[in-house]
Amino acid sequence: MKSHIRPSAAALGGVALILALAGCAPGNGAAENPESSGEISTDISDVGDVTLTVWDQEVRGGQNEQMEQLNAAFMEKYPNVTIERNSQSFDDLATTLRLALTDADAPDVVQANNGRNTMGQFVAGGQLRPLDDYADAYGWFDRYSPSVVQYSTYSDDAKVFGDGNLYGLPQVGEVVGVFYSKSKLAGLGLEVPADWSAFDEALAAAAGAGETPLLLGNIEKWPALHVFGPLQGDHVDADVITDLGLGNSGQSWTTPENVAAATSLRDWVDAGYFNDGVNGTDYDAAWQALASGDGVFLIGGSWLAADLDDAMGDDVGFFVPNRADGTPATTGGTGLPFTITSAADNTDVAAAYIDFITSDEAMEVLAETGNLPVNRASELAPSSGVMADVFTVFGEVTANGSLLPYLDYATPTFADTMGQSLQDLLAGQVTPAEFTEALEADYAEFVAANG
Amino acid sequence: MDDGTSTVGRSASRRSARSGWVPYAYLAPALLLYGGFLLFPLGRAAQYSLFDWDGLGESTFVGLDNYVAILYDERLREAFWHALVLVFFYAVLPLAIGLLLAALLTRSQVRGLGFFRSVIFLPQVIAMVVVAVTWRQIYAPDGPLNAFLRLIGLGALTRPWLGDYTFTLPAVGLIGTWVCTGLVTVLLMAGMSRVPRELYEAARLDGSGPVREFFAITLPTVRGEITVALTLTIVAALKTFDLVYVTTSGGPGTSTTVPSFEIYRRAFQLGDVGVATTVGIVLTVVVFAINGVVNMVGDRK
Repeated sequence: MKSHIRPSAAALGGVALILALAGCAPGNGAAENPESSGEISTDISDVGDVTLTVWDQEVRGGQNEQMEQLNAAFMEKYPNVTIERNSQSFDDLATTLRLALTDADAPDVVQANNGRNTMGQFVAGGQLRPLDDYADAYGWFDRYSPSVVQYSTYSDDAKVFGDGNLYGLPQVGEVVGVFYSKSKLAGLGLEVPADWSAFDEALAAAAGAGETPLLLGNIEKWPALHVFGPLQGDHVDADVITDLGLGNSGQSWTTPENVAAATSLRDWVDAGYFNDGVNGTDYDAAWQALASGDGVFLIGGSWLAADLDDAMGDDVGFFVPNRADGTPATTGGTGLPFTITSAADNTDVAAAYIDFITSDEAMEVLAETGNLPVNRASELAPSSGVMADVFTVFGEVTANGSLLPYLDYATPTFADTMGQSLQDLLAGQVTPAEFTEALEADYAEFVAANG
Repeated sequence: MDDGTSTVGRSASRRSARSGWVPYAYLAPALLLYGGFLLFPLGRAAQYSLFDWDGLGESTFVGLDNYVAILYDERLREAFWHALVLVFFYAVLPLAIGLLLAALLTRSQVRGLGFFRSVIFLPQVIAMVVVAVTWRQIYAPDGPLNAFLRLIGLGALTRPWLGDYTFTLPAVGLIGTWVCTGLVTVLLMAGMSRVPRELYEAARLDGSGPVREFFAITLPTVRGEITVALTLTIVAALKTFDLVYVTTSGGPGTSTTVPSFEIYRRAFQLGDVGVATTVGIVLTVVVFAINGVVNMVGDRK
């Protein structure tokens, strides 16, 4: 028997060894350099027949609808251009885009997530084309608020996020605020809180009346970021938060202001404002509790508006408390920006396309299809319902207030660090000071390594 | 097979032809699949573990640096410790429950034995993700478990089971117990049914009670089944991923992270492919080592 086993074991070992040795070192694809841009033109009617390949992630109902309408309108306006659309879900796009961009046959226009681990890495790898020349030609900087544009802006080497070259334009906006039950609030005899101190009083009044003032489901770790974000906006300067949130150097988490923000959150827990067991509650269960009348307020993003509208109808409202100076500052951002790849054959056509789908007219299409347009939100707001509140709040925050970055943009590991630290803070495992120290450690390490 | 003594030479030559390439031709399809989908990835993982690579750009050869780094990684030590705790819930506890259940079911004249066997085995059949989603509902702060505790007057024990720094790991572990008990029980029942009834009768005549019977006859008989059960459940415990991913994502804080979850996090979220594969290789070695010990003890006469 032995002699029978030995050759097969040897064969196995041999196969394994050959396969192991034959494999080359991982990741030896070299990044290509962006070509220097020559003459640009905003007139593409005489470029001849062109096929424009676009990769987007607008797959859901209203998202897909607006994309189809705008693509059809673009091809009608420029019959010489054919759009070849490749639409995949957010997660699929994230995993395939890296490979696609390094391919010789890369798409012309792609939607790339803003953060350092996506757009930042693409910029550093020279895979995206800076759009500043087109921005000047088309007047994009007038069209967009600076607090929106910054999230698509990187320095050449991608070490600075939020300043430098423009790499893309988003179509839609997102904003985090407070959802509330109108009937509950009326039952408590309260007005919609105008600022944070009024919000604190409303929470206390709701608790006094035996209601659950504030709903939070944080088993997923990230939902609490959206509670801490606006709260931090009340305590800390918007510029400081922007630097911290974008992972740029020169700031610190361990300031008295940040500790005060963390202390406010901790105080809400101690005062019993939250539902029981926030760290063991599902995110979806929390907003469903608001819909079923088990709470008064819920801090969450505008993406919840459609579902809450379905469930609560006219009973749900949305607002952002003002800071002491009377302006709102809250976490928010944009949909994924549309970018032009370095491999794009005809950048004039690609830029014309991006200009078209982000134009003022396009914003109307977006609003009609139930999306929150990144520009003109206030004027395009529906006449009633929670969507009207969302449009108004977003318009107000981008025009007069500060749209603060999602804090997890900061470093590749920050979503993790922040999520865990917030769970620890909510559960009383760490003090507010220790909480800021944990965040500082991550931020400082990244800033130091980033040079 | 041999057709007699007359044609020794022919028979020998036929045998040598048969033991030439033919057996390997039969093995080849399976071997190719096994090599292509298991040995090759394993070899590549071992290779990646020697590099510093973000999965995107260029890689740097760093030798054994990744292995040294994970030795000092407190978070990983914690993850491996959690995996060992899960071994208790996945393997030890189901074995204890399974021995008791199997002994009861095989020795007593229960009607509808097939039905009970199916019910106990059912958790094995359900996809782990479905199990995890279901238990997440059960453990929810307003879920059935807390509702039941309040109903029977134990309201003081209610807690957010998946958001509690002390009780989340045991809560996740008990899901594993629920899943693994069926497998262990059915395995042991198969083993116990081999014991001839006469043996028990003889023991009974010699004056031994049920407990003595169990330790003197039943337990030694199913030694082989216990080894198999432990091997399967320990492997399941050490490579737990879906259960933790769906129920807690390693939280609250880091109180339920496990090695497999750390591999996923490092490779796909942090883009640290080198270290992630290093953890994978180490986990593979640990699984082999623990099961090697189990099988050595189990096979000892």
